[in-house]
Amino acid sequence: MSEAPILRVDQLSRHFPVRNMFGWTTGAVRALDDVSFEVRPGETLGIVGESGCGKSTLGKTLVGIHRPRGGRIVFEGKDITGQSASERGAAAPKLQYCYQDPGNSLDPRWTVRRSLTEPLIVHTALEPRDRNARIREILQQVGLPPTHLDLYPHELSGGQQRRVGLARILTLHPRLVVLDEPTSGLDVSVQAAVLKLLRRLQHAFSLTYLFMSHDLSVVRMMCDRVAVMYLGRIVEIASTEALFGAAKHPYTQSLLSAIPDIGGRRVTDTFALEGEPPDPSQPPSGCRFRTRCPRAAAVCAKIDPALQPIAPGQSAACLFV
Amino acid sequence: MSSIHGFAVQAPGDNLLEVENLRVSFATEHGVAKVLDGVNLTIRPGEIMGLVGESGCGKTTLANAILGILANNARREAGSIRFAGEDLLTMPRWQAESEIRGRSITFIPQDPFGSFNPLFPIRTQTMEVMKWKSPRRAARDGRGIAGFFSRYPRARRSADAAAVLQMLRTVQISKPEEAFGKLPHEFSGGQRQRLMIALALLPQPELIIADEPTTALDATIQAQILKLLKRLAKERGVSVLFTTHDLGTAYEICDRITVLYAGQEVETAPVDDFFQRPHHPYTVRLLESLPHPGRELREIGGEIPALVDPPAGCRFHPRCFRATEECLSDRPAVTPLGGGHQVRCYHPITGASRL
Repeated sequence: MSEAPILRVDQLSRHFPVRNMFGWTTGAVRALDDVSFEVRPGETLGIVGESGCGKSTLGKTLVGIHRPRGGRIVFEGKDITGQSASERGAAAPKLQYCYQDPGNSLDPRWTVRRSLTEPLIVHTALEPRDRNARIREILQQVGLPPTHLDLYPHELSGGQQRRVGLARILTLHPRLVVLDEPTSGLDVSVQAAVLKLLRRLQHAFSLTYLFMSHDLSVVRMMCDRVAVMYLGRIVEIASTEALFGAAKHPYTQSLLSAIPDIGGRRVTDTFALEGEPPDPSQPPSGCRFRTRCPRAAAVCAKIDPALQPIAPGQSAACLFV
Repeated sequence: MSSIHGFAVQAPGDNLLEVENLRVSFATEHGVAKVLDGVNLTIRPGEIMGLVGESGCGKTTLANAILGILANNARREAGSIRFAGEDLLTMPRWQAESEIRGRSITFIPQDPFGSFNPLFPIRTQTMEVMKWKSPRRAARDGRGIAGFFSRYPRARRSADAAAVLQMLRTVQISKPEEAFGKLPHEFSGGQRQRLMIALALLPQPELIIADEPTTALDATIQAQILKLLKRLAKERGVSVLFTTHDLGTAYEICDRITVLYAGQEVETAPVDDFFQRPHHPYTVRLLESLPHPGRELREIGGEIPALVDPPAGCRFHPRCFRATEECLSDRPAVTPLGGGHQVRCYHPITGASRL
């Protein structure tokens, strides 16, 4: 695991302006604020957090859909900060984003064949015959019969739509795939099938995954390392065993205590976290979690804790760890 | 309403709600979808009953049938729904609307975002419920000429307003007086679901139907809402029919669980027994497909059948690893296994045959 990281993110931030009724900028939602991490080739890094914590913004900033306000993105040794997908040239197909809801991200008036062909036309110089061959090969890899090429998205089930969404990305032979909530909205039995497929594809195409999810039990199953986000910040990052075994940040601990543990203690008997995440356009001073934190002290309102290593491979942003 | 149900009327017993052999079908452009195929369900007073199944299994149809709000293309083929001894399906419509729906049986929807009217403040929307469904409402309120001019007596209105404020405090809405004047969009998803719980509890119902009330919420908020709902239901002795596709949520809150597969109930058991000793092959496979550390994922092969042309017999047989000839022809009868555990399977998985 001492290889050079495939992706390095340094103090990345992305703010969205808040405008008043005259269109004047009156503030900013800090969707991403000083986010730094590294991804090693072949690993699966989980990004977990509740809605509005900045997971999707992070993914979209990495692939060039959003331009960052500051910071650096280094992909395979090249600085691609602020470049849109078209400016990235050869790097663009290697870094791909898999949308949360393929039912809405596939064009409803295009057949599966056309949706799968388009990225090849944009990014490669393949002849139509080679394109067809590659599409058929990938379709088989994601477990769909070739007869599905002529169907429209609405004729597919949710699980099949996910498979088409994945196939669409894999035709370009990416190195790193950002998976945005790949199993949200699926039934458990379908979810199991999709997760197994993701694992098989990771081996078959030697992929690196950035796995964004709010479902911690899925993340535990799929990821090598996990980063926990709260209001645009990474509050803790660690290997999966360390995070699920010895979480240090109070937010991570609360998040873990909210997962139902079938056969064990009941969350409804033990869960203690009160309140809801504050408005991201007006985050609290100091530590952002202090308004809900069971361990918050007066000093937390003054000092904004930075992410600090606390054990080998584990860092947390809290004054009391 | 047809009078197809040829069942002998039983004594109400100690069940609050008894759904017996309910068959509901929908006329669609592809044919008649047999969405509920002889479903049985009982709920005891004060009990939280979980109705678990994957999407398309008929959870919502069953909930809507109990509430009497099935779509126009729905048809009840057979069966009965008895609430406190009375058949809801043969009851006159005015009686079901004035005494049962929204009064004795209330509803918590899945989506707290789309369920409030965005144009009216919380005051209007909570007082609307109290105006028609308040336990203080006398039968003559709102009837006749006097009712036309003052359908909401002032004395009752102020008592109701106080009750609403009290309820908002109970569901932990901060500053209830201010919340009264706010519009729904000014609340977060978790708070809106708290308001929904308040609305469902205000008429002091005997049964609340909660249709996946935490699906749209984040993990920590979900835990808070489940905790609140469980505490309030137990404190007030209200029964809850809790539909969900998430077995973890069902484990958290339910006393008993019924599993639906493609419109047939396959297994019913008390919650701990259900998770420790599942007997139906579908239930076993469903539990195995949950992500669990230290165990390989296992999917259920095949897909949910189309309900227009469902498999005969047990509807799970095309995907079942224990299916034999008899499963193809006749649906298995309810087999009691002791301790309130029931399964509908010819080959239930028991001790020795457990995988």
